[in-house]
Amino acid sequence: MSAGVLVQGLFYAFGTVLVLGALGVIGARNPVYSALSLVLCFVTAAAIWLLIEAEFLAVVLVLVYVGAVMVLFLFVVMMLDINLAELRQGFTRFAWLGCVTALAVIFEIAGVVWARGTLGVDAARGPVPTAPNYSNTLELGRVLYTRYAYPLELAAMLLLVAIVAAIALTMRHRVNLKQQDINAQVAVRAADRLRIVKMDPEPRP
Amino acid sequence: MLPHLHQPFHTWPPYAQATAWILAITLTLIICVALLTLWERKVIGWMQLRRGPNRVRILGLFPGLGQPFADVIKLLMKEVIVPQRSNKWLFRLAPLIALVPAFAAWAVIPLSPTVVVSQADAGLLYLLSLTSMGVYGIIIAGWATNSKYAFLGAMRSAAQMVAYEIAMGFALVGVLMATGSMNLGTIVRSQAGGPLTWNWFWLFPLLMVYFISGVAETNRAPFDVAEGESEIVAGFHVEYSGIAFALFFLAEYANMILISALTAVFFFGGWQGPLQGYPGLGQTFLGAPSFGWLLLKVFCLVFLFLWFRATFPRYRYDQIMRLGWKALIPVTLVWIGVEMLLAHWHVGPWSH
Repeated sequence: MSAGVLVQGLFYAFGTVLVLGALGVIGARNPVYSALSLVLCFVTAAAIWLLIEAEFLAVVLVLVYVGAVMVLFLFVVMMLDINLAELRQGFTRFAWLGCVTALAVIFEIAGVVWARGTLGVDAARGPVPTAPNYSNTLELGRVLYTRYAYPLELAAMLLLVAIVAAIALTMRHRVNLKQQDINAQVAVRAADRLRIVKMDPEPRP
Repeated sequence: MLPHLHQPFHTWPPYAQATAWILAITLTLIICVALLTLWERKVIGWMQLRRGPNRVRILGLFPGLGQPFADVIKLLMKEVIVPQRSNKWLFRLAPLIALVPAFAAWAVIPLSPTVVVSQADAGLLYLLSLTSMGVYGIIIAGWATNSKYAFLGAMRSAAQMVAYEIAMGFALVGVLMATGSMNLGTIVRSQAGGPLTWNWFWLFPLLMVYFISGVAETNRAPFDVAEGESEIVAGFHVEYSGIAFALFFLAEYANMILISALTAVFFFGGWQGPLQGYPGLGQTFLGAPSFGWLLLKVFCLVFLFLWFRATFPRYRYDQIMRLGWKALIPVTLVWIGVEMLLAHWHVGPWSH
């Protein structure tokens, strides 16, 4: 069995899992199952990216989305008491909108695949295999920190502003809020809290 | 050029070599975990002036050495009780999810100058992503159990892990700056020299941050609020019994060994020996880099985990969060700035 067939077989295997996972995200009754299906989707998408030798993107997808974003998602979803009946109320009313959106996306993907096929790019084969000592991570870093250094920094600043804004918007100052002063707690000494009194066990005669 | 001399299996085809190494490493790790549980009980026993396990023998010798194996057999025989109202499928899946990252991470760890399963260039990122996935086993277990105690444990652990991952990642950014590579083999090679060229010397604050975060990531004492016996019984694994519990246990100890190995690789020169280049030592064990040195370093670092457990009282939960966000992360940020200055003046790792 050649490596190409193996890679193709793996691609279809991961692809199947990915599609099933995506169906699980929208089909699962329990939101926690939906979130876990999304995690499965991210992991299999990362595996597919590994097949086309985009190891940096694959690892970062797992690191950022699976490792951080989805943990917080799960965190919230598990604590929410979601009323499923209420969520499903508008289903038939908005079903047509969902169908149209889905059709548009399918049409776009089909268009790209068709265009690549007619323009002579074999979409199923993927990019040309790279040399064994080629490092995807190194190349990306080289481009990001030289040619695109300023756009990268700008994007980072934008994210920072978004973080600060999100925190500033959600921070509430309640009146009469009791807070702990940790420095005072750490600085406390036994003599501040405790006074040892010497006294006789019983009155002297 | 990177070496690819998997010595014992070097005549085999590449995939067979990789499989053989993966099997060998996994089995060795499981044995190590078994022995580590015994070592932990012995060490803590000695620290508390007790004897520790000293009854079960192997072949009538070595009192206590048979204890971990006896425990494993006991746990295998016990019934795995699945609570009636729990989410049965996820309940059974969770221990396995907890276990996988602890073992998969070993793929990129350079064991000796010639042995590493994968020389991925994004090795460091791979490790970060795997350690961040370790939390899923705990969250899923806590939620699937459908019990308040387990759920509290899971929530605590999730928040704690997300917080300490950031400090850990920043500490590794410092390592990255000092070595200029994300390939773990290259990181070890760039520390060649003696103990003072290893990263711990110039990155000492980052070593502290990394190891403390590592202890917190593995949910070990003094950061073990996810289990917190005195408050929430046993946290996320309160309803687990038999082999399902054993798998969580295995994952925790495998993670301890993993964090120790990573600390050794990032800050203590991995397989580099401390006496390399001294005249007269040549290619003897003392003079040559080898797996033995890595083993020695990992052993010392794992011992620290046990020592902490026997020494420190448990942190209060809000203080854990405070330490992570307000102490460890600022330290890493400051030290990354210091490294920038060191690099500018060509000091330490940047002198050549």
